[in-house]
Amino acid sequence: MDKLRRILFWIIVGATAIFLLVPTLIIVPMSFTTTAALEFPPVGFTLDWYAKVLGAPDWQAALVNSLMVAIATAIFATVIGTAAALALHAHEFRGKAIILGLLLSPMVTPLIVLAVGMYMVFAGWGLVATRLGLVFAHTVLAVPFVVVSVLASAKMMNQSLVPASLGLGASRWFTFRRVTLPLIMPGVLSGAVFAFITSWDEIVVSMFLADIQTRTVPIMIWQQVRTNLDPATAAVAAILIFISATGVVLSYKIREARS
Amino acid sequence: MNAALQSKAVPALQLEGIQKLYGTVKALDNISFDLRKGEFLTMLGPSGSGKTTSLRVIAGFVQPTAGRLLIDGRDMTDVPPQKRNIGMMFQDYALFPHMTALENVGYPLETRGVKRAEREKRGMEMLEIVGLAHCAKRYPREMSGGQQQRVALARALVFKPDIVLLDEPMAALDKKLRGQMQIEIMHITRQVGATVVSVTHDQEEALVMSDRIAIFKDGRLEQIGTPQELYQQPRSEFVADFIGEANLLRGKVRHTDDSVVVEGDGWIASVPKTDPRAQAATTANACVVLRPEQIHLVEGGADGGNRGEGVIEDKIYLGVEYRLVVRMNDGAKINVRSRDLAAIAGVNAGDRIRMAWSASDIVIIGA
Repeated sequence: MDKLRRILFWIIVGATAIFLLVPTLIIVPMSFTTTAALEFPPVGFTLDWYAKVLGAPDWQAALVNSLMVAIATAIFATVIGTAAALALHAHEFRGKAIILGLLLSPMVTPLIVLAVGMYMVFAGWGLVATRLGLVFAHTVLAVPFVVVSVLASAKMMNQSLVPASLGLGASRWFTFRRVTLPLIMPGVLSGAVFAFITSWDEIVVSMFLADIQTRTVPIMIWQQVRTNLDPATAAVAAILIFISATGVVLSYKIREARS
Repeated sequence: MNAALQSKAVPALQLEGIQKLYGTVKALDNISFDLRKGEFLTMLGPSGSGKTTSLRVIAGFVQPTAGRLLIDGRDMTDVPPQKRNIGMMFQDYALFPHMTALENVGYPLETRGVKRAEREKRGMEMLEIVGLAHCAKRYPREMSGGQQQRVALARALVFKPDIVLLDEPMAALDKKLRGQMQIEIMHITRQVGATVVSVTHDQEEALVMSDRIAIFKDGRLEQIGTPQELYQQPRSEFVADFIGEANLLRGKVRHTDDSVVVEGDGWIASVPKTDPRAQAATTANACVVLRPEQIHLVEGGADGGNRGEGVIEDKIYLGVEYRLVVRMNDGAKINVRSRDLAAIAGVNAGDRIRMAWSASDIVIIGA
């Protein structure tokens, strides 16, 4: 009976894992194929497609765009999200629930709606087709992840530490640097990683805001897939997956190490 | 000479008519008292009595609605906590979990810009005083509750603060450790000459540690004095009942030629008219406070102005003494503690007994 239950358990877990992971991972072996078109199972083994992608100026430009936008987004979203989370955590005030709701709303608003809205507003501000515009848009999408993760960390903190620090003669800024920040660091770092990933694989909003100069890797993949399906696309996808997965693993490692 | 200097010195801490309103609720109502340098004061009272709010007002975490707070004669009412030079030990110690014991103790020096070498030297000296030099490199989670408390105490003392505040210092310790730490904290704070304000709801802790005790009730300061004063001359039934064990007998006041008498059904208590305690009996009714150990059993017909009778309800053996629960004629129950085992041997539950007490032991409280 117990054995049967365990077998059933692993069948369900296994099926779920396959269902979730195979569509993502199938692209990786396909990127090593020696054929000129995407094929599964792959034929032979070559790294030519990676070399081609990393050597092609348009892919290079897209990678640089993606990295710069994602890093800037991670920085902006982390600073804004951390400040917001700490303020929401430390104070009781009227409209607190509304402000939290507004901060988190990009998580539940349909992306296409946000994208159209941002396009209209950013067009007026001259931010369309600029990296800065992409950074601002992605920051809006990424802030909720930072807020949620920093709030969770702040709640784990002993609530008398900040008054204790003030009572021992520390200024508010000193207290933040020396006490609060080190203790909420796991939340801040994993928030930053998720902010980075949010920008790194974002496509809907980016499609509206980017032009050929500022397009990011996901846009490039989308455009490639529509025209010619060569294994270079699979190589890019593999790179994308690798960086995102590294980010997720990193954020879990941070949490583990700190708790 | 030292004493003369001290008596002239400005009080280390003065509260002048401190009031705190939360909406229309008076959390603190006109609290005033002074504290000498080096004195250990305990604020004692049930929860919600205002003792913790008072501590937070002194620390600067709560802003009073009215009144003034002076430290060393300087008005600190509007000064934020980080500029008050007060060392506070929190109920849960509030040690920084990401710092070692030494770093925790050095923290108040760090905030004051003391260099690392000097910080570590003074931190180590302080850790030695609290007996934890060997734990300097340990993190709070690697230390026992008692050790954490001593680190917190060292951190509150290391920068020689004007005032040290202890918020329910024993609350997080198990009972066995409490008695030991009470004495230890008292010794350490005296050794460094700290002026201490502690908060507790444990009267024994207050008696053990304090030079003076301030008793709080419903946001008001009920009475402040040395433990002896509070025990021997409580000014209200609340104080009498809160400090030590007290029997409260309510009776009518009668004035004779040479004494003031309070009496009830089957008991009488009197003090000479000239006695200062007689002045409390200005009303028609009064309450007599009798400590259980001050009541004696007497044989035969006792007379005199201080005696009573009642029926033993329970006779309880407590090793060094007996406790008797005696029901008075009006139904009130009183406790008697006696170490006169020979006298007690002859009486049992159900017996009617006669008791007597000394006029000098009783306290009269106007009702």
